[in-house]
Amino acid sequence: MSGSTAYGLCSAALVGLGLFGLIVHPEPLRKTLAFNVIGGGVFLLFGVVARRGAAAGFGGDPVPQALVITGLVVAFAATALTVGLLLRLFQEAGRANLRSDE
Amino acid sequence: MAFDIGLAILVLGVAVWTIAGRDAFAAVVGFVAYGLLLALVWVRLAAPDVALTEAALGSGLTGGLLLAASTRLRRPETTAPGEESAAPLRFAAAIVCALVTAGLVAIVLLLPEPPPTLAPQAAANMAATGLGNPVTAVLMAYRAIDTLLETVVLLLALLGVWSLAPDRFWGGLPGQRHHADPEGVLTFAAQLLVPVGVLVGIHIFWVGSIAPGGEFQGATILAAMWILAAMAGLVDAPAVSRRWLRSMLVAGPVVFLAIGLIGFAIAGAFLAYPDSLAKLLIVLIEVPVTLSIAATLALLVAGPPARMPQQ
Repeated sequence: MSGSTAYGLCSAALVGLGLFGLIVHPEPLRKTLAFNVIGGGVFLLFGVVARRGAAAGFGGDPVPQALVITGLVVAFAATALTVGLLLRLFQEAGRANLRSDE
Repeated sequence: MAFDIGLAILVLGVAVWTIAGRDAFAAVVGFVAYGLLLALVWVRLAAPDVALTEAALGSGLTGGLLLAASTRLRRPETTAPGEESAAPLRFAAAIVCALVTAGLVAIVLLLPEPPPTLAPQAAANMAATGLGNPVTAVLMAYRAIDTLLETVVLLLALLGVWSLAPDRFWGGLPGQRHHADPEGVLTFAAQLLVPVGVLVGIHIFWVGSIAPGGEFQGATILAAMWILAAMAGLVDAPAVSRRWLRSMLVAGPVVFLAIGLIGFAIAGAFLAYPDSLAKLLIVLIEVPVTLSIAATLALLVAGPPARMPQQ
């Protein structure tokens, strides 16, 4: 098993773990965290694919690496919007959960 | 090899802590550590540009944002008993997630041989851009349209955050004004660190054309320095209705789009650069884009307008 395979298996476990947190946690903030854990796993899988594509004197394929950078920035923007929505919900309703039965 | 396996296990352990921890605040702290360890993994995967972005943005700014949110939501959000997911749901979720992981493991183990790669194409086209960093070349030339759209996505996210402001604060100042002890450690750290950090941010941006770095990493560091100064009460956020602020926010995408359109006239395609001018045009795009991204990131962390200038 090479180093990048170890990270590949790690990324598979991270996606599963994050998905589990996304489903079972009732609090939206924990769901946001779990979603970011999934994101880390997906980006890592990209990184493993990039590393395997090392050629032409580069340590990795620069195209997936650039896509991951773009992805990280978009993930941050989405997280910031989520947190904004969450704090506003808390301000308006005095609570920040996803129950609809009150 | 042993280091890689150890690091992978460490990343998994911190991720388990982030997901399974009882307290939201502790989970966010776990997430920051998760991001920093991932940055180390990126170095091991020969992707220093991504490592810088992960450390600054994925771990630093995202962590700060979530830490602030977790303290503000802390009291009433503590889960009431009975709000926990039922055991059967947890069991079903565990099975589904194990299946997803198993599928991904199969994909990882069965990745095609020889691995497909675009590295030779990127290398062949890099000379034409005059850039020495292949990732920057991809971001600014080969896949420039992605980068252009991304700057627009950032602006849209900021508009979304701003639109959450109560009507009476529209156009006001984002977030709360922070006050720190002027003789305290935070103020001292901000006074000491901000000038150095700004220099580092500009350097990271500038060397991005030949070495690991670039506009996103540099802009994130610049944004972080502004946030630090604001937290120490040294600067206050400008009102979001200020014209100079709005010009700064849109300058990056506007210049990017304009040079992209000029590409039709001088190189025959959208976002195409003639070889002799490529590096100059890329730098002309990167400077306003860096400023716009830095301002957008800082304002995304600051949150929606929450007070009027005279309050």
